[in-house]
Amino acid sequence: MTKPALLINYEYCTGCHSCEIACRNEHGIGLGKWGIKMLEVPPFQIDEEHWNWDNAPILTSLCDMCADRIAAGGDAACAHVCLAQCIEYGDFLELARKASEMTGKVYVISNQ
Amino acid sequence: MKDQWKWGTDNDYWVRTCAWSAPGCHPVGCGLKLHVVDNKLVNVDGDEEHPVTNGRLCVRCLTLPEYLNHPQRITTPLKRAGERGENKWEPITWDDALDLIAEKAREIQGKYGMDSIVVIQGTGRQAALYAPPLAFGVFRTSTTLMGISGYSCYGPRCAVAEFVFGTGYPELDFASYFPDSYDHPGYEVPKYIISWGKMPLTSNGDGFFGHSLIDLMKRGSKIITIDPRITWLGAHADTAIRLRPGTDAALALAFLNVIIDEDLYDHDFVDKWCYGFDQFAERCREYPPSRAAEICEIPEHLIYRVARQFATNKPSSLMWGLTFDQTTTGGQASHAALAMLAICGYVDVPGGVTVGQPSTFLGKWRVDTRSNLAPGQFENRLGAKNFPAADRSQWVCNPDITLECLETDEPIKLRMAVLQSTNIISPTNNVQPQRWYAGLKKMEFTVCRDLFLTPTAVALADVFLPVATFPELDGVVLPHYGRNPFFVAAINKAIDNPGVRSDIEFCIQLGKRLNPDAWDYKDAVDFFDRQLHASYDFGFDELRHMGVYQGEYTYKKYEKGLSRGDGKPGFNTPSGRIELYSLLYPMWGEDPLPYYHEPYYSKYSHPELAEEYPLILTTGGRKYTSFHSEHRMIASLREIDPWAKVTIHPADAEKYGIQNGDWVTIENWLGKCQMKAWVSEVIKEGVVHCEHGWWYPEQEGAEPNLFGVWKSNVNLLLPHFCVNPLGFGSIYKEMMCKIYKAQGLDG
Ligand code: SF4
Ligand code: SF4
Ligand code: SF4
Repeated sequence: MTKPALLINYEYCTGCHSCEIACRNEHGIGLGKWGIKMLEVPPFQIDEEHWNWDNAPILTSLCDMCADRIAAGGDAACAHVCLAQCIEYGDFLELARKASEMTGKVYVISNQ
Repeated sequence: MKDQWKWGTDNDYWVRTCAWSAPGCHPVGCGLKLHVVDNKLVNVDGDEEHPVTNGRLCVRCLTLPEYLNHPQRITTPLKRAGERGENKWEPITWDDALDLIAEKAREIQGKYGMDSIVVIQGTGRQAALYAPPLAFGVFRTSTTLMGISGYSCYGPRCAVAEFVFGTGYPELDFASYFPDSYDHPGYEVPKYIISWGKMPLTSNGDGFFGHSLIDLMKRGSKIITIDPRITWLGAHADTAIRLRPGTDAALALAFLNVIIDEDLYDHDFVDKWCYGFDQFAERCREYPPSRAAEICEIPEHLIYRVARQFATNKPSSLMWGLTFDQTTTGGQASHAALAMLAICGYVDVPGGVTVGQPSTFLGKWRVDTRSNLAPGQFENRLGAKNFPAADRSQWVCNPDITLECLETDEPIKLRMAVLQSTNIISPTNNVQPQRWYAGLKKMEFTVCRDLFLTPTAVALADVFLPVATFPELDGVVLPHYGRNPFFVAAINKAIDNPGVRSDIEFCIQLGKRLNPDAWDYKDAVDFFDRQLHASYDFGFDELRHMGVYQGEYTYKKYEKGLSRGDGKPGFNTPSGRIELYSLLYPMWGEDPLPYYHEPYYSKYSHPELAEEYPLILTTGGRKYTSFHSEHRMIASLREIDPWAKVTIHPADAEKYGIQNGDWVTIENWLGKCQMKAWVSEVIKEGVVHCEHGWWYPEQEGAEPNLFGVWKSNVNLLLPHFCVNPLGFGSIYKEMMCKIYKAQGLDG
């Protein structure tokens, strides 16, 4: 294991905010603070036929990579509930390798 | 799913359940695990074993602990202490409250007749299933309805499906009938999915789990959206058609024109199973793409492209949304959209649309509760004679006529109201909320059932009865209310809260007082146990252990004699086929073939208004953070969506001197309201979209403010009774307005 990370297939992030609330629930984080926060690139038109609308969750200092859940054999709270199933928990390098083989919008993120 | 539905210790345990309101949502039945400590909900997680949702949850379910334990939530029955509208209450016991309601009902119905009590329901919540039995079986009144103009939520689409297909609700086949889901042998991923006038990701309409569309996109489905706005789904679609609001029927007929003209349809299916193709084709010829492009204000080539993609990539599918209920010729658009599915051969086949069986679990019981009415009572319910098509397909009173009845006291003076999970004066489903407000103020006695003191409760209620949330009740959830039930699932009580009651508990307990013969159930568990045994070979306890029960699904039922009551092949319509040409409509004064005409209010139908009110007003788009008028008091959700929002195109914003984030007034000859502007290219130029459902629980609740319910109330701008000859249709999606800068929420 290099270090824990999340692979975000943000091609599919619909901006549902579920990751934010699940993380708060899991870690008792209050209003105005986040362990993970979904950021939106406001939608814009590229040409007659094409649009851009990106949502991208970012990890803050309050994210502990769900150490307790992982140790108990579970998965990260945000990945568990993500409506688009576009978050995957794993090892940074392995996820990076996986991401390199995926098409579309993808990144691997860690705060460790 | 595992057999275990509860685990842990006596005071620290987890309960597996399937969600269905309250708090509000459609009967989606998503899988949850609830963590309870000392009889208090402390956390929730998604149930990864659920065959459809696999652990996924929306923010509305993730904030359940905040909702259940909210300081403003009411968990004991209340009786009005001051004048109506003063927001002063005193607690009473459930027994006293039920006795009082029974006594008032007896007194009023004794003096004025059984139908002088009106039961009004909201949408989506369990009340949608249990309010008609409450009316028929408990109060024995035929006066029951949802207060939505033109019945315009789900009912009209179901009616058109019944008339044209002779089936329950045709829903995109998302493999939800199968425990092995998309891997089920024989299941096919749809090639193209048209999402039309619908926001499936946020709405989860009627039980379709919205993000299943993402599953299908990952498996190769291409999306086409048809909507005046670019939604997230539209931005990720193969094609997004931004049409002029209310012109959907013209577009559907033009698609059909291309499919027929270019001979792209399924001849075999049409020959064997469709009725009236020749007349239908002739009608479609009146709508060449050039004509529709002009009407809909869209590029003509997109009509050709989408029609060809849809017809030639088998299987493809189509999801038809609320827009089909809430526009002037939406019923015709529904007929045409169903015809697209039919002539391309996508009905009841893998990856097309599934169609519900004619009769399902709880359906018979709900119909049977009508037997508690006196002869003729049901047949003569409000508005039944005015709109026989609606009479046949909807169990309820005509909503537009009921509003007028409240105002004129004709043909009956209503005396008592029971408001079941409806916040009717907030901008939810009802147009003309100030008229409902005035009409319901005249009641001698009003009962309101909800979870929080809403503007409606404060303004109108004499007795307030708290509704149980789904972690506080035993029940079942049935997607599509049984009209296309992918499964039946157990809602398991995790918390014992004696201060609140579920809708079926309310029915049973009040029923024992008013009509005991019909309500010999001991409690909710006894009720569901007996109902389940009547339809399946298991009872409620077995269902708890199964979690979700997915029955068999048989494709092509029409070939096997499974679609009609008489066991013959074909469809359950007068002709025995899918009626492209309706044999029923002429009986009701309606054209047997679909057609388009201008919206009730548009620059073409009312050019004299267009100069003053140049913009098209559309409402009702969905958000993750609320269900209609619910959730406004949930701080975590208000943090995400703090204010009512109107979406306006940058060119229009510039014209009217509006900047992103400005407060604006949206106004027409009927009324006005204030919202914050979101200036974005996502909306078609010339159209504004206003959010619905807004009130402000943080503000003063007493009259006249009523939690600010009139301030962002877009329904003040909407007229009632803009219906078609069947009694369906409305203008929620196609009204006229103007917009200008305001100082703030107060104007
Ligand atoms: S991994 Fe855990 S702590 Fe980190 S953002 Fe996700 S839920 Fe929060
Ligand atoms: S839960 Fe998933 S889809 Fe929703 S905002 Fe977070 S990353 Fe995006
Ligand atoms: S669709 Fe979302 S809000 Fe509705 S029950 Fe499912 S998780 Fe809850």
